[in-house]
Amino acid sequence: MSGNGTPLLEIQNVSKYFGSVIALEDVSAFVRAGEVTCLLGDNGAGKSTLIKVLSGVHKPTKGKYFFDGKEYNFSSPRDALELGIATVYQDLAMIPLMSVWRNFFLGSEPTKGWGPFRSYDSEFAKRTTKEEMAKMGIDIRDPDQTVGTLSGGERQSVAIARAVYFGAKVLILDEPTAALGVKQAGVVLKYILQARNRGIGVIFITHNPHHAYPVADHFVILRRGMVYGDYTKAELPLEQLVQMMAGGADLEVLQHELEQASREGGEEAEALAETAQAIESELDELEEKGND
Amino acid sequence: MSTDTAPAPGAAPPASDERLREVSRVSRLLSRPELGAVVGAVLVWVFFAIVAYDNNFVSWATTAAIFNRAAPLGILAIAVALLMIGGEFDLSIGSIVGFAGMTIMVLSFPSDGGGFGWSLWPAILAALIVALAIGWFNGFLVITTKLPSFIITLATLFIFRGLTIALTRLRTNRTQLGNLDEVEGFALADTLFASQFEIFGARFRVAILWWIGLALVATWVLLRTRQGNWIFGAGGDANAARSVGVPVNKVKIALFMTTAFAGFLVALIQAVQFTGADTLRGFQQEFEAIIAVVVGGTLLTGGYGSAIGALFGALIFAMVQQGIIITGVDGDWFQVFVGTVLVVAVIFNNFVRQKAAQR
Ligand SMILES: Nc1ncnc2c1ncn2[C@@H]1O[C@H](COP(=O)(O)OP(=O)(O)OP(=O)(O)O)[C@@H](O)[C@H]1O
Ligand SMILES: [Mg+2]
Repeated sequence: MSGNGTPLLEIQNVSKYFGSVIALEDVSAFVRAGEVTCLLGDNGAGKSTLIKVLSGVHKPTKGKYFFDGKEYNFSSPRDALELGIATVYQDLAMIPLMSVWRNFFLGSEPTKGWGPFRSYDSEFAKRTTKEEMAKMGIDIRDPDQTVGTLSGGERQSVAIARAVYFGAKVLILDEPTAALGVKQAGVVLKYILQARNRGIGVIFITHNPHHAYPVADHFVILRRGMVYGDYTKAELPLEQLVQMMAGGADLEVLQHELEQASREGGEEAEALAETAQAIESELDELEEKGND
Repeated sequence: MSTDTAPAPGAAPPASDERLREVSRVSRLLSRPELGAVVGAVLVWVFFAIVAYDNNFVSWATTAAIFNRAAPLGILAIAVALLMIGGEFDLSIGSIVGFAGMTIMVLSFPSDGGGFGWSLWPAILAALIVALAIGWFNGFLVITTKLPSFIITLATLFIFRGLTIALTRLRTNRTQLGNLDEVEGFALADTLFASQFEIFGARFRVAILWWIGLALVATWVLLRTRQGNWIFGAGGDANAARSVGVPVNKVKIALFMTTAFAGFLVALIQAVQFTGADTLRGFQQEFEAIIAVVVGGTLLTGGYGSAIGALFGALIFAMVQQGIIITGVDGDWFQVFVGTVLVVAVIFNNFVRQKAAQR
């Protein structure tokens, strides 16, 4: 499944202001069913703000939100979840003092029984949590362990497993691989492809072009709260993507400054000179690739 | 592009994990928040059983007195525990006790004395509605202003205590109203809220059943329902809970209404028991309730705690009170003692919790 279908999830001309801060201005983006949209940009470009608009955490100040061709105005993340839009937030959105299985199902607790005696089906929740984590290659010792005592990567894996479990239509991942080991990052990329093949629309944020490129169908690049570019994979070779993300021009300026600083002397002069050299060789490499 | 095969979905986790030591049921029990309070209750009891043995501390009569004393405080404490786990405070609960009690009294007081001459049950229903409205108002203010509930309910503490005194005086020209037993409908209320039952010759009040019943319901809600999960989530990290779809604002408003309900219930129990009320009823009970909750192992910062702990916290408080009374220590020293017990209990609790966490 791929290509030219109508967008599953789309925003048009969305702006988001926090008081005087303009976090997003006139941003349009979409994801189709069975495709991966990769969202790229510098720190503070507005990526997380954008996905929080998509997942219903923030109400856009201006602009329109469409899901499956229908316009929506979410009043809470619940509304998005009910449509099958699940999100891994950059800050993971987990409760440190709560056990893994309670976190996993927080907000979407399975119940059993009826009427006033409806109770939380904790057996099911514990079993499912352990199974879903095992699928990620993470073997949680004890679902009763509190999330606050998990390692950073384990915590991230719980958040990802949770989103994959609940994301029936759209899966939104904000830097899901940031704290992961090579193996687990690989599993996440594989998950993204699996989800895509099942016809799910995936929105994926990462700073790593080598993670982005193999899975993405198209790229949206944000800069200072605005869309700087929107490319299909065919339009954007890996080398160009790498260069865009490294910010070739910015690197040159940085190298220049470092050299200047090292000439002015001082204790750190040597170290600075070394760094400048390293950057220079990186630039050369980029240029070579870019010219291929 | 390679799409590898899925990791075998059922890749059954190994039955046992070499990184996991066998943890016995006992040490699992040790990691419960209420453990400190249970142990503390035993220690305080043993202390008075030795010190006040000659004053008949170890007797059914004293036991009944302790439970009767603990029940109203415990009812408040259980609701306050739920709210505190949900990440908020209610300092106005004592004032709600005063306001709800006076609402019952003024509405049912004869009209020639400045009251409204209602029969008892409509007055009770009205007081319930008023209390729930105050609770809703507290929650609404906290959520819309985003100010700490400590400040908001500190304000409503004064507002509703002041209203209780001002309105009662305005209407009846007094600060105390009595003779509730002459109001129509009193007999049933007396049975439900103020009757006594005898065990081994000692007289226990029915409020104890309300107290324990509430503790059981609260525990069930906390541990076995999705709403309970939401309470822990809202208190643990409200933003995180919100972003996974927990209706945090609704949960908090419901919790403020729960503490207000507990205030109403205590007001009702005391009005029926004393066949009257006073504009100062419930004065400083918010602090006693918070003490009981904290002694019961609930974190002031939210997200962790238990209703059973609050039950034992109230029991400890009542044991100390009763112990001091029967040993004949000068009552002037009571507050010194309570403060000391609070500090010791919290330190002890923290110690036990850390031990349990290390296992
Ligand atoms: N709640 C808020 N209130 C005020 N400003 C905010 C808020 N949330 C985000 N911003 C601002 O909006 C801008 C975009 O932030 P955002 O978190 O979306 O960046 P990002 O692209 O995700 O960056 P990173 O790569 O570091 O995660 C930043 O300048 C940030 O300070
Ligand atoms: Mg971000």
